[in-house]
Amino acid sequence: MKTMLKSAALGAALVAAPMSAYADGHETLSYVLVSHAPDSDSWWNTIKNGIALAGDQMGVSVEYRNPPTGDLADMARIIEQAAAAGPNGIITTLSDPDVLSGPIRAAVDAGIDVIIMNSGTPDQARAVGALMYVGQPEYDAGYAAGLRAKGDGVGSFLCVNHYISSPSSTERCQGFADGLGVDLANQMIDSGQDPAEIKNKVLAYLSANPETDAILTLGPTSADPTLLALDDNGMAGDIYFGTFDLGENIVQGIKDGVINWGIDQQPFLQAYLPVVVMANYHRYGVLPGNNINSGPGFVTADGLEKVEEFAGEYR
Amino acid sequence: MSDATQTPPPPADERIKDISPLRQALIRPELGGMVGTVAVFTFFLLFAFDSGMFNAQGVMNWSVVSAQFMIIAVGACLLMIAGEFDLSVGSMIGFAGMAIAIFSVTLGWPTWMAIIVTFIMCCSIGALNGFIVIRTGLPSFIVTLAFLFILRGFTIYFPQKLERKTIIGGIADAAEGDWLAPIFGGKIGQGLFQWLGDMGVIDVFERGTRQGQPVVDGIPMLIVWAIGLVIFGHLLLTRTRFGNWIFAAGGDAEAARNSGVPVNRVKVLMFMFTAFCATVFATCQVMEFGSAGADRGLLKEFEAIIAVVIGGALLTGGYGSVIGAALGALIFGVVQQGLFFAGVESSLFRVFLGVILLGAVILNTYIRRMITGER
Repeated sequence: MKTMLKSAALGAALVAAPMSAYADGHETLSYVLVSHAPDSDSWWNTIKNGIALAGDQMGVSVEYRNPPTGDLADMARIIEQAAAAGPNGIITTLSDPDVLSGPIRAAVDAGIDVIIMNSGTPDQARAVGALMYVGQPEYDAGYAAGLRAKGDGVGSFLCVNHYISSPSSTERCQGFADGLGVDLANQMIDSGQDPAEIKNKVLAYLSANPETDAILTLGPTSADPTLLALDDNGMAGDIYFGTFDLGENIVQGIKDGVINWGIDQQPFLQAYLPVVVMANYHRYGVLPGNNINSGPGFVTADGLEKVEEFAGEYR
Repeated sequence: MSDATQTPPPPADERIKDISPLRQALIRPELGGMVGTVAVFTFFLLFAFDSGMFNAQGVMNWSVVSAQFMIIAVGACLLMIAGEFDLSVGSMIGFAGMAIAIFSVTLGWPTWMAIIVTFIMCCSIGALNGFIVIRTGLPSFIVTLAFLFILRGFTIYFPQKLERKTIIGGIADAAEGDWLAPIFGGKIGQGLFQWLGDMGVIDVFERGTRQGQPVVDGIPMLIVWAIGLVIFGHLLLTRTRFGNWIFAAGGDAEAARNSGVPVNRVKVLMFMFTAFCATVFATCQVMEFGSAGADRGLLKEFEAIIAVVIGGALLTGGYGSVIGAALGALIFGVVQQGLFFAGVESSLFRVFLGVILLGAVILNTYIRRMITGER
């Protein structure tokens, strides 16, 4: 037993030694981005493209990881795994601090720099010891959208929530309701991720509540089927339609006048900037002094060319 | 009796076929799992040795993931040998975790009471699953599929209704000082690991509040539960009369009934045991992470079944081994985390998983046919 333990210990030491040397080398910087998104969420493609481009431009190696089903407990294991592999930095979302702050904290304490992107808040990012937060505060974005819609005369709405298990999705709907000054109550539906289901649930809700003023969708996953639903029941262009995030169909919808605006949180920046920031921090020791807000920006029918050109790729 | 010991050994019973010791050693459902385990470790030692996979953190990482699979695989394995499926395992994990969260955080019960009530409730649901299967004669596939949806639905509905959110946190604070919670969320062997850290055998934290502490500071109870359940399941299956009943119930239920095996009781108990394992999984998870989410445990039922099948059990029942299922879980866990360590493009991850599953099952089937001579 003793010899076994000894040889195991020796093995561990042998592995550990080259790892730490590797971490100090400047030319082989490596970063891992861990997201909470299930495989089925197409929006994250922009994130993958963003880190890939940043990796190319900065000459560092980047990897993308996610829990296939979106199970946050699995995500915690992936962060632990990433920390064990000893990259120079980890870029991760913080969609549930209860689950993720332990593994993130442990990574930070083990000497790995962490930047929080997308989900989470600047306060939570500071609490886990991250360098900074890059993203769009969800409640605030929803609230701003609600105020805008209120100015356009909206009094009731339907929030199509395709990722109800993530608190940040619900915060968007809640923020929108608060911005309008109405109670969220039953105006949010759990649509699931399947396009046909989403479409039919939206159709069912709108035929049961025909007086609904507006629709808010939370991304291409819910917006694309909602567009089809509005085509079906003839409400396209008539009902007030705002959405979070962009995608090819959303851009087309804005162009056609079916969607009034899209809130762009510019995911490209959320993936691209942390890699650039960390690479420069690790190479030259320079670090911006604050968090970076990548959004919200409202995209309307004006000035859609760039958005259209890169929708689904970098936008 | 004393006469018998003095007479020369009687001629071998002509009803028993003579089998060579080597072959006898090979006729085991877990053979495929053993071959697979060796193959998988060889592969990752060759391709991911210096990636951190085999340092203390790395080993702990894939061990914990494998232990998770093991806990649910033991239940699924015994149930599958008894001839039934449980597709509600994943939803049960989410449901049990949420139940503990609601009881202890929203309703403010003491944590030990929340845990015990949850166990009773979930085992009852397991029994209900079994009872419906027995009474209606419907395939367990369909019945438990219904519970997959029912339990998942409740897991989203209740927290949404009570707390207006789908993740309930604060369980760690509520469990502070509780006597039962550390049995699921605690760690053992801290002293040993601190010593290993002090000796420089494993890395220590370089900064922060835990500076100087080892990066791996103990063996999580999750792993202890996994090993305990595997040993329990193995002994139950191979060393007890009840274990024979499990095989009999899954092999040919009608024949078993005719020879006096209480098939219904065996099956209902196995459904309850599966639910128990899922609840152990959930309790360990919420105690470790301090929160319960509506999306916990998605697709875990299939992962349990995959581990069991890699471990050599037959989907049709009556054949299998708990040790095999545990090895299947180990293979699954090591492959899942190991592919990350090896730097495999993550979108190809499922491709690898599918290939390995297929390979393991084909290997198992081939070995079994070769050995048993069945067609």
